[in-house]
Order: sequence, then structure tokens, then C-alpha cells
Amino acid sequence: MGSTSSMLTQYDIEDVQEHCNQLFTQREIVSLYERFCQLDRNGKGFISADEFMSVPEFAVNPLSQRMLRMLDGLNFKDFVALLSVFSAKASFPHKVEFIFKIYDADGDGKVTWNDVLEVLQDLSGPFLSVEQRQEVVNQAFKESGYSIDYMLTLQDFLQLWDKTGLTMEVEVPVD
Amino acid sequence: MSNQPSSAPFRREREDAFLLEPSASEMDLYHFGAQELATKAEDKRVHLRELLDISPFLNEAASAIVDDSFTRCFKSNPPEPWNWNIYLFPLWCLGVLVRYLILFPIRVVLLAVGWIVFLALFIPIHSILRGHDQLRQMLERGLVEFICSVFVASWTGVVKYHGPRPSRRPKQVFVANHTSMIDFIILEQMTAFAVIMQKHPGWVGLLQTTILESLGCIWFNRTEAKDREIVAKKIKQHIEDPEKNPLLIFPEGTCVNNQYTVMFKKGAFELGCTVCPIAIKYNKIFVDAFWNSKKQSFTMHLAQLMTSWAVVCDVWYMEPQTLQPNETPIEFAERVRDMIAKRAGIKKVAWDGYLKYYRPSPKLTEKRQQKFAEWVLPRLRKEDS
Repeated sequence: MGSTSSMLTQYDIEDVQEHCNQLFTQREIVSLYERFCQLDRNGKGFISADEFMSVPEFAVNPLSQRMLRMLDGLNFKDFVALLSVFSAKASFPHKVEFIFKIYDADGDGKVTWNDVLEVLQDLSGPFLSVEQRQEVVNQAFKESGYSIDYMLTLQDFLQLWDKTGLTMEVEVPVD
Repeated sequence: MSNQPSSAPFRREREDAFLLEPSASEMDLYHFGAQELATKAEDKRVHLRELLDISPFLNEAASAIVDDSFTRCFKSNPPEPWNWNIYLFPLWCLGVLVRYLILFPIRVVLLAVGWIVFLALFIPIHSILRGHDQLRQMLERGLVEFICSVFVASWTGVVKYHGPRPSRRPKQVFVANHTSMIDFIILEQMTAFAVIMQKHPGWVGLLQTTILESLGCIWFNRTEAKDREIVAKKIKQHIEDPEKNPLLIFPEGTCVNNQYTVMFKKGAFELGCTVCPIAIKYNKIFVDAFWNSKKQSFTMHLAQLMTSWAVVCDVWYMEPQTLQPNETPIEFAERVRDMIAKRAGIKKVAWDGYLKYYRPSPKLTEKRQQKFAEWVLPRLRKEDS
């Protein structure tokens, strides 16, 4: 296999860079490409859910199924674009929007009490009872001054992290 | 863990995070999340922002997608090309010609002659000397050692053995790190071991059930739970018998690329006998000896070795170890793995090699979930009172 990186020309890399708003350097993209080819075992041009789950460190993550919904079947360009949110150069709203999308499973632009409850269920598994989970979400909504049937928008999410900022960064290893 | 400020980018100390200290069998994947949660602990209320902040989980997931320690264990690393300039390139081409057109045919002939001699002696001995078990076993042992040396010669194996040669006695097992089936051949040419091995298809399987069976080798199917029970019973019988060949186990249960070592299965360490570690390190100067069984058949793997200049490797027979008081078999396995990793200069990771074939147990996810629940719960009770 050896030199998979040579399959990417300067043009390809620039094309991908443009697609992810220059959030990754060229070397990072080459490195991501090698990784993509490694995970896409039979070279079909995308990484299947099963192949993602073959990475144990990913499979044990409580949110792996939720992330899979976004990752499944992406081609390389979209794969890089999706990961670009974890770049140190990605903007604050970009990162918040990514979190918002994880919550907003049906993609209607609103995060309901129920959406929050479902993520909480993924995160806590069998260690919180249904009542406890509901109580937690109730309290959290109340504490921020929202009623139970309020639907959170992206704007609300942005405001929540406005003061504290958000640490969402992953380094792409380059050799 | 360290006092790294929580605003630093999520970096898992690439090389070290999964190269755990001795008690590695309990996988502690979760330093990061725990630390992150601990910083939030002062204010005992459920803030919506804190509840919604799933960034530690997302960081972990993204980091695993970008690079992970498990996949790295099974990545083939071909030797660095040395034909990088115009002067060396013709030389390299000449080398290719020599390797494929001269060395390879000679080696094939050598191997064929070796097999003919071997079979011509083995078959009669095996059938004629049925009554004389001791004599038969001795001769068969010698023959298997012979055919293994032929194999090693067929890839010009340059093997340096360090330490005393293993002897036959009851109540001891040998354990070694595992890179390829050629590990077995290399060890076998010095001492006829009985080995515990995965059942293979094709001609390798045929050899397993016919010739190697006579050495007392034990076969099983990794994915069959029933097989494992039978194997455990067979091993018990085997180690009690002083006449049997020394038992060799590859406790990793799968081939790893000789730069990492995955978790040792505890089976070999709870037999109550002396464990003799063997460390094997291949030099990648001419060829990568890692057998990536998902990508390559064993025949192709051998062909690759036979078309290279040489297979260079070191074998260390190390000090025998016994289970110490207050030590669990898991800790014992970990201690032996430590020794082997140190001797061979390979890195340890906490993963179970069988994850190549199975998904990780949900228990590992649950641990993470438990940590999260433990963070949430104190906040919740406050409101109740």
C-alpha cells in the first residue's frame, strides 16, 4: 500500500481545504486521507458504520450511535468537513452548532425537553432511573428560566456558552 | 491526572495514554472525562449549560476517529525504501532481479527438497513405529525441527537466540509475543514445542491436523466458546505429562505488528505452573514480518518473506516466572507482558486483541456512563431536600 498520500494531488488537497473552509492544513488533510483509507477497508469511497465501530475507542463512546448518524456513508470531503469542527481554528458558533445538531436528532432546528432527555439517557445508561433523568432535565430547564415545553434554538445554545466558551479541539497527528 | 488546564486542546498524549502501567487489564479510558467533570463539582446545581455540554464525549469520539491505539497495533509498516536517488535506483532494480529470479527459485527448490525428505521419513516413521511411542516421538520431534529449519533457511532467517535453550519438564509453559505464524517456525527449529493455535483453513490446516498433531499441538477456533473449554482441559492434561513437548502459548491470541503488544489472555497464567517468557523482535531492515491475516493469506505472506533478502530477528529466552503470593493471574500476566515488552522494545496497549473479531463489551461504555451519573446525582438530591 505504501504511498497512499501520493494519490492526492495538490489540486485535490486544495479542493478539500476549500470544502472545509481552510480549517485544516495540507499536511493534516494528507494525514486524514491516510486514516480515511485505513478505515475504509475495501476502498469503496466511504466509511461504513460497521467500520467506524471497529475502532474500539470509538465504539465504547456513549454517543457513538448519535455520531454515527452524522458520519455514516460520508465521502472523504464531507468526512473532513465534519471533523473540521474539531480544528483549533473552527469558530465558536460552528462548534456550538455541532453540539446543537447532536441534540436535534430530527433536524427541525429545535431542541425539545425530550431531545435533551434522550441524550441524557445515552450518557447515563442504566445508572439513572427514568424519574431521575426527567428530574435532572426539569431542574436544568428551570434553573435557566425555561419552561418544560420550551424549544431551545441554536440562538439559545449560543447564549448558554457565550460567557464560558467551549473547548472542542482534537489534534490531527501529522508525521 | 496531570494539571493540564482544561482549556488545552484535547490531546491524548498519543503514545502513552493507552500504554498503561502494570494494572492495565482494567481499562481506564476515562481520565479525561473524569477530570473535566471534577472541575464542575463546586456548584451543586444542575446548570443547563453543563448538562448540555457533551464536548468531552465528542472530543473523545473524534480523537478516536482521527487516530487510535488499537488500529495502530495491526498496521503493517513496510521497511523504508532506500532507492531514493538515481544512483541507488539501478542497484535496487538489480536487487529485485536477484531476489525474484535467483533467490526465490533457489528457495522454492530448497523448500521442495526439504518437504520431500521430510515426508519420505515422516510417513514411514509415523506408521511403522506405532508401537514404540518413545522412539517415534523422538524421531518425529527431530524431523519437525528439521523442516522448520528448512523453512527458516528458505527466507534466509538470521535468528539470534539469547539465553538457555528450553528443556522438557512438566509444569511449565512458554509464552511469547506474536507477530506471525513464522514465530512458531523460528521457535520450533530449536525446540519442538507443542503449541496452542487457532485452527487455520487450507494447507496450513492440513499440516496442523496431520503433522503437528503428533507434537501434541492443540487447535481451537477462537470464536467457539465450547472449543475454549476443551482446550483448557487438554492443556491441563498436557502440562502434567513430563513426556510431552513443552507447551508454547501466544497469549495475545492474535498477530500484532511487533511494535505494540496487546493484552495477554490470562489462561496461560492460571495453570499454576512456571511461565517462561520468550521475547521475539524482528528487524524491519528487509521485510516486515507482521502477518496481517485480514489482508494476506499465509501463502502470500511466505512468498513475501521468500522474495526478501533476509528475515532478521532476535529471540530471548527469559528467566522463568512463577505466580507470586498476593498476585492474581491477571497481574501475573501483566508482569510477564512487561518483561517481554521491555526486552523486545515494544509498546504496550491495554486493548484485548480479540477486538479484531468482536465489538468491545458494553461494560466499557457503562463505566463511562456511571461516571457521568455520579456527577449528576449529587446535584439532583440537593433539590429534593
